[in-house]
Amino acid sequence: MREPDDLSTFPGGMKHSTRPLSPHLQIYRPQLTSVLSIAHRGTGILLAAGALFLVYWLNALASGPDAFNFLRSLAGTWYGQGVLLGFCFSLFYHLCNGIRHLFWDAGVGFELSTAYRSGRAVVAASLVLTAATWVAAALMGGGA
Amino acid sequence: MSFRTPLSRARGLGAAGHGTAHFWAQRVSAVALIPLSLWFVYSIVAIADARYEAVRAWASQPASALLLAVFVVGVFYHAHLGIQVVIEDYVHTPWLRVASLVLLRMLVFLLAAAALFAVLRIALGS
Repeated sequence: MREPDDLSTFPGGMKHSTRPLSPHLQIYRPQLTSVLSIAHRGTGILLAAGALFLVYWLNALASGPDAFNFLRSLAGTWYGQGVLLGFCFSLFYHLCNGIRHLFWDAGVGFELSTAYRSGRAVVAASLVLTAATWVAAALMGGGA
Repeated sequence: MSFRTPLSRARGLGAAGHGTAHFWAQRVSAVALIPLSLWFVYSIVAIADARYEAVRAWASQPASALLLAVFVVGVFYHAHLGIQVVIEDYVHTPWLRVASLVLLRMLVFLLAAAALFAVLRIALGS
């Protein structure tokens, strides 16, 4: 079979197309839609790491007061609270944006203006839910 | 010129039949995790500052233990499906990709089993 005309040859003899390529990712200016898209994957990976803490927490609770109280004191430190806050936001973001994805799967909300509006709604909802969870936890225990 | 294998051509199916299985599993587990994760966050808030005995008493109730077990299965199933796609997207070296996917599956089974075992120990009080 003859090669198409728009193939040039690398020094090594490999064929290489000179047809226009889609620009690489770093060429694009970040947009709300693309940032939220990669954030969905990022929070998903974070939450998978968070599942490790779920395993640890359950096993500490199963083993007894010493293991549990150690984990409980870690969770009370400023960095423990920071990690928990990060997981809390990641969970709510992944949850809200996941629902946005389910609407897309159903073929709803693909218009550009709708995608931006739903994206902003997802960010707002995740922030509000995270804040509400933190306030509720503080009210429950007098300092989460 | 065709890039399909002879076996694939003989079957004549392309990707039909199983191409959407992963997609569906990811969506169904996602929908299941909506109420489960909301229940989990609600429970964690309710026991945010509770002592060991109180948390243990909560977790050993049959309803809590059952939902914890289902939540654990849902989380690890969904995480497996998600991380699998991340590996498939970014790991291009064939042997490394296969090794990562096998390792991922083993880790997920091990961790899910460890979590379920802990839930059982709490529920049965041992």
